This record gives sequence, C-alpha cells and structure tokens, in this order.
Amino acid sequence: MATATAQVNYLEAKKGIMSWLFSVDHKRIGLMYLYALITFFLVGVTLGLLMRYELLNPGKDLVEAKTYNQIFTLHGVIMIFLFIIPSIPAVFGNFFLPIMLGTDDVSFPRLNLLSWWVYIIGAIMALSTLVFGDGPADTGWTFYAPYSVKTGTNVTMSVLAAFVLGFSSILTGLNFIVTIHRLRAPGMSFTKMPLFAWALYATSWIQLLATPIIGITLLMIVAERTLGVGLFDPSIGGDPILYQHLFWIYSHPAVYIMALPAFGVISELLPTFSHRTIFGYKAIAYSSLAIAFVGYFIWGHHMFTSGMSGTARFIFSMLTFLVAIPTAIKVFNWVATLYKGSIDVQTPLLYALAFIFQFMIGGFTGLILGALATDIHLHDTYFVVGHFHYVMFGGTGFAFFGALHYWYPKIWGRMYNKLVANIAFVIFFIGFNTLYFPMFISGLMGMPRRYYDYLPEFHIPNIISTVGSWILALGLILMIVNLIVGRFRGRKVTERDPWGGITLEWQTPTPPPVQNFDRLPELPKNGPYDYEHKPQIKD
Amino acid sequence: MRNSASTFAQGVDLSLYIIVGISLVFLIGITAVMIYFVFRYNKKRNPVATNIEGSNLLEVLWTAIPTLLVVVMFYYGWMGFKPMRSVPDGAMEVKAYGQMWKFSFEYPDGRITDSLVVPLGKPVKVNLVSRDVLHSFYIPAFRMKEDMVPGKNNFMWFEATKTGRYDILCAEYCGQLHSYMLSSVTVLPESEYAQWLASAPNLADEHPGLTLLKQNACLTCHSQDGSKIIGPSFRGLYGKTEIVETDGKEREVLADDEYIARSIREPNADVVKGYMKGMMVSYANVLNDEQIAHIIDYLKTLK
Repeated sequence: MATATAQVNYLEAKKGIMSWLFSVDHKRIGLMYLYALITFFLVGVTLGLLMRYELLNPGKDLVEAKTYNQIFTLHGVIMIFLFIIPSIPAVFGNFFLPIMLGTDDVSFPRLNLLSWWVYIIGAIMALSTLVFGDGPADTGWTFYAPYSVKTGTNVTMSVLAAFVLGFSSILTGLNFIVTIHRLRAPGMSFTKMPLFAWALYATSWIQLLATPIIGITLLMIVAERTLGVGLFDPSIGGDPILYQHLFWIYSHPAVYIMALPAFGVISELLPTFSHRTIFGYKAIAYSSLAIAFVGYFIWGHHMFTSGMSGTARFIFSMLTFLVAIPTAIKVFNWVATLYKGSIDVQTPLLYALAFIFQFMIGGFTGLILGALATDIHLHDTYFVVGHFHYVMFGGTGFAFFGALHYWYPKIWGRMYNKLVANIAFVIFFIGFNTLYFPMFISGLMGMPRRYYDYLPEFHIPNIISTVGSWILALGLILMIVNLIVGRFRGRKVTERDPWGGITLEWQTPTPPPVQNFDRLPELPKNGPYDYEHKPQIKD
Repeated sequence: MRNSASTFAQGVDLSLYIIVGISLVFLIGITAVMIYFVFRYNKKRNPVATNIEGSNLLEVLWTAIPTLLVVVMFYYGWMGFKPMRSVPDGAMEVKAYGQMWKFSFEYPDGRITDSLVVPLGKPVKVNLVSRDVLHSFYIPAFRMKEDMVPGKNNFMWFEATKTGRYDILCAEYCGQLHSYMLSSVTVLPESEYAQWLASAPNLADEHPGLTLLKQNACLTCHSQDGSKIIGPSFRGLYGKTEIVETDGKEREVLADDEYIARSIREPNADVVKGYMKGMMVSYANVLNDEQIAHIIDYLKTLK
C-alpha cells in the first residue's frame, strides 16, 4: 500500500488552476465548494448587513423600498440555495465522507465534478439577475404566487437558477447514498459507521427524493410567467395555495437537508474533544432517519393562516410536535457525551457548545410556532425570522464553522492561531445573539417580516439587532482573516491526529495523500467511537 | 407582549406562557449541565475519560418526557386556536378587501371605509377578499391573522374586549409598499358604535371620481400633487402628451379619455417611460364604464 505516489499529498499532487477545476479528487472538489460557498456566503452577509442598516431607523436610511425588497430576496436565495443547502455535505461531506468510510473516493467521481460545475452555473445564473433583465427578483426567496407571476423583476432567471442548483443537490445526494452503501471499509457495518456518515445518509435521501418537487414547481412559475398557463394565478384560473403546498413539500424537508449534516458534525466534535465514546450511538443515528422521515409530513405548518381547514391545521400541528422528540433525544445524548469525558476545550468544541445552546433556542421557538394558537399570532412576523436564523445560522452555520476549525489542520496541514480563533468565536457568538434575539421581541410585538419600514414602537429591538449585526461582522472578519493567515503562515501540522480523534481521517497522513490512505485503515473494535480500543497509528 | 384586546388573547397568551415556561426550564437546565460538565470533566481535572456507551433507561426517559410535554403544548395550542374557527351565530359581518397596498372595508349597508370600526363585546366576522396578490390581515392586539387569498373566501372572526384603536398590518409580503399597507380597527362601546353607524359618511361634497380613486387604492401609487410614487401622478395628466412604451417600442400618446380608460383596463399595454411594467393590475372587472367616466371627469379637475 505504501507506494511513492500514494505519499504525495493531494494539495501538491498537481499544479495549476486546471488541475483544480477539472479534478475528480473528492478532496479538491470539496475545497472548490468551500471557496465558492464562502464567497457567496460573504455576498449574502453583505446583503444582510445592508438590510440591517436600512432597518436601523423607521423610514428610509439607505435604499428605496423596491431595492430593499430585492436585497432581502437575493439574501435569501443566496443563503438558502448557494450556501446553507450545499454547505456541510458539499464541503466536508465531499472531503471526509470517503476517508471516514475508509475508501479512496466517492462512487462516481466524475458525477461529483459535474455537481460542482452545475452548482457554479446555477450560482452564476442567480447572480446574473444583478446585471441582466429588470433586476433581481423582489418576491422573497419563497417566490409566492401570484405576486411572483405579476412582478416585473427578473423572477424567471432566479427560479431557473434554483432549478439548476437542484440538480447539483440531487447528484451529490445520489453519489453519497451509493458511496455509503458500496464503499465502506471491510468490517464497517452500518452500525459501525461514524455518525457524520449517518447524518449525510439521511440528508442524501431527502436531497434525492424531495428536490425534484421544487424543480418542477419552479418550472411551473416560469411557465406561468412566460405562457400564462393558469396554474397559480387565480385571475387566469390558477390556485395560489397549490403553489404553497408544492413549494413547502420540498422546502420543509429541505430544512432538514440544512440541519441534519450539522447534527452529524456535532456528533463528531463532542467525542473527539471529550476523548470518550459518544453517548447513545444508535439513538443519535436512528433519530436522524426519524427526523428525515417525519420531516416529509409537516410542510403544512408553513400555511396555518392560508385558510386551510381546521382539520388540516390540527394534523400538521400534531405532526410538527412529533419532530421535536427525535431532536430532543439528540440534544440529551450530546450533553451526556460530555459526562465523565476528558474535555479539551478547543475552538471547534466552543462552536459545538454554542450550536447546542442556539439550536435549543431555535427548537423551542419552533414549538411556539408549531402550536396553533401562538402561530396564528406569530406567523409571518419577525419571530419567524429570529427562529429560522437561530436554527439555520446559530445551528447549521455554527456547525459549519466548527467543522472548518476542526478539520482545518487535516485539510491544509497547518494550524490557525488558536487564541485569535477563540476571541473571534466569542465576538461572533455575542454578535449573533445580539442580532437575532431581539427579533423574537419585535415578533411578539407584532412586527411583520419583509418590512422595509416599521411603526415607531418597533424601533428599539431593531436598533439592538443592527448593532448586533456589526458585532457579528467583526467576529466573522476576524475569524476569516485568522483562517487565511493560518493557511499560509500557521504552524505546520504533520502529525496525523492533532486533536486525538478516532475516526479514520485521523489515521491518514496530514494533509492526506491523493489516494487518502498510505496503509490499510484500522477500525476500532467496538464501533467508531471505541476509545478504549483506539488503534495506535505511528508514522 | 402587546396590548390584548380580544377574547382570543387569553388562550393564545396562555399557550405561549406554557411553552415558554417549559422551554426555559429545559434551556437553562441543559445549558447549565453542559457548562458544568465542561468544567467538571475538563482534561486537567479528569485526565482519563470513562467510556459510557449509553443507557437504555435514560433513552426511554428522555423520549417519554419530551413526548408527554409536546402533547401538553399541542393541546394548549389547539385549545387556544379552536374557537378561532367557530364563528358564533348572529355575528356581525364585514367584508375586508386587500389590494396593493391598502385595506378597505364594506359594511352590510354598502358603506365603504378605509378603517374598521366595531362594537365592543360583539362577535364580528370579517370576510377576507384579495383583489390582486396575497395579503394577510393581521391585528396583533387581537392575536388574529388570516391570509387574504385571491380567488378564495377566507374569513376570521373576533370579539373585542377593550375599547381603543388598534393597528391592522399586512403580514404577507405583497410587493413594493407592503410595509405601508396599514389600517386600524377602532372598538367603540355599543352606543357610540350605533351613533357612528347612524351618521352616514358625508360624501356629498366629494367628487364621485375621487371617491372611486380612494376606494380602489389608486392614490396609493398615483399622487394628486405631482409627486412620483409608484405610478405617474394624476396632476395635470389629462390632456398631457406622454411618452409610453407599447410592445417594447416608444411612442407619444395624448392622455385623453380613450387612453385613460385603456390604462385602467389594460395597465400594461402602454407603460409610461420611467415606470415599471406589471406594477398595476387590470381594473376592467372592477370599474364599469360609468365609473371610469367619473374618474376621467375628476382627473380633468387636477390641473
């Protein structure tokens, strides 16, 4: 196994931009996703900062109402379709899933490269609305009909972009499912698979099965706009509620496309930094599947005020509460994993702890929105905006950055400045909570979302939010600068296992060779987190 | 929390407090335990970890307890919601119209107003109608919201418990001036309400064309003083020569009776240069020939 070519690390194996753009190495593809994703994320953040600035005071601060509406739409489209949906699977799934399974690549490496290219094409289409046509869509990322049919902005290109991006998601999901089924190392049964792989497995099924629905729904919007078919616009015989059903049949499961991989990351970070086995392996693994399954049947809770029958509201509310149970099980098992561990407080663990705290707030406010009486009051208010930012950003976003700090030394063979990373984390954490917590208050007061201007009584929470957005931006800049500096000037990491982790990526050389392993990976005796029988790998 | 002024407020607020209460216990408890573990089992204090694979008892407990609690939460949510869908017999009915970007109300006697006035302690059923895109009729003080969906007959009802004036907001994004789509509901004691109802709004001095412009929210987008809002101003419009875009080509057109009537019926046929297509919906089915004639007659007066 230990041949000379296998020792060349993947970063230095080939040179030149083409060796990246057309690489079929899952590690390079993962990194190309990372660079693209971070770029779009920063565009989305900038748009978010503009929105917060506009909302600093009632009335106009910066832009006109129409521009504001386009900004929040583009912010949503970029953050949802270009960042959070691909985020953890496309970057860390691509890079680490094959290594954690003990194999040399995904099942279909060329298809994997195609997914990246489809993603880039979709991203260019989405951003092209800034330059071409009548400006970016001003509909909100939900593209609700009939406004999305009537508005003069470039909705057609925006939804086509989301349509194209869907294919990237479907292909990645397909690739991961086949990889997990076919390419696990000998001896690695499903129940000996790392929990990150379990989470990606559940996610991939949702990507594969749910994404086609949004694809066809968005094409129906295009057909409605260009041909006037009469699907969603009642003035030509359509039904706007039909659109909402179709949209949420995908977009609710999509929430779990965004959240499950983050659960997977947390389930890796906690055992590594507690240096002990995960508590309740099977409970965590199967609860991912349960969430993915139940997640299909609760889309109606986005439509409690649309005029649905009382019976439908009753059923959707009840099913919504059902999802809370497997999610709670995960949280309890994670916290129990810290019990009697030997805890090494490093930056990635801080992100994991912040994840648990913020994700709980996101989850509990989700219960308030899942209950019928309270949802009638809070639906479409800032309470909802606060809730999903706590779940998506405070949850998945923090897990993404935790993962980035965790796998950083393995990916680049260097270490960032840990003190600066911790300071950046603290600023980021304070900024996040200052930005989003006041939204629960303004929501309870009755401030509707997607509001360019607001009544004076909502002023104070909006000021606090905007100040929070500046703190958050400061933390983010410090974090990214620290990571970039570390990439070039950080301490060199040559040891295989800088954190004392146990999954297979910590058995490979740092950075990994093109073929991933220089010797046969050794599985711990009793499951992936069996620290008592941790294989001793020496260089 | 905001003012509470309807019979629903109690049920909504109760379920809110129950869920928030249970959640806070768990949020604070779990966070405290987490932080305690991080300090207690820090590698300095506890250099060797103990591997505990799990506990079936705990798994059963922390499945069963959350299950019971979510059933409680669901129950209170449902109980707070249930009365919202059963309108009492004999409720007074009002029709609420939503259109970009204005609410208006039609009383059983045919009177049209731009804000809602209701009697205290009487059930009021509001039939929700949208004239164009989605809107949502939201009265935070009543804890009540329901979407206005074009082509669909939604409704809500409420019974006000406190006199006063409360905001009505549009909660469903409906385009450019969504955040300016505001109105109010005034709750009057029954005697004052009867008085209000008896004093017919004085429309005698108002031009019928202006009344129509107000009723149809035309003035939200077209000013009367020459300022540019969403659409061209009405001031000095009649008899003016406009540059419009017809089928992608620019041409000059005289703003006469025929042009104005066409702009009302097919607003996207000729779009005045500098304005966006698709912002206005057709009023062909809303305004008849006689009404359009009243409007044109009024526009002539806006020199």
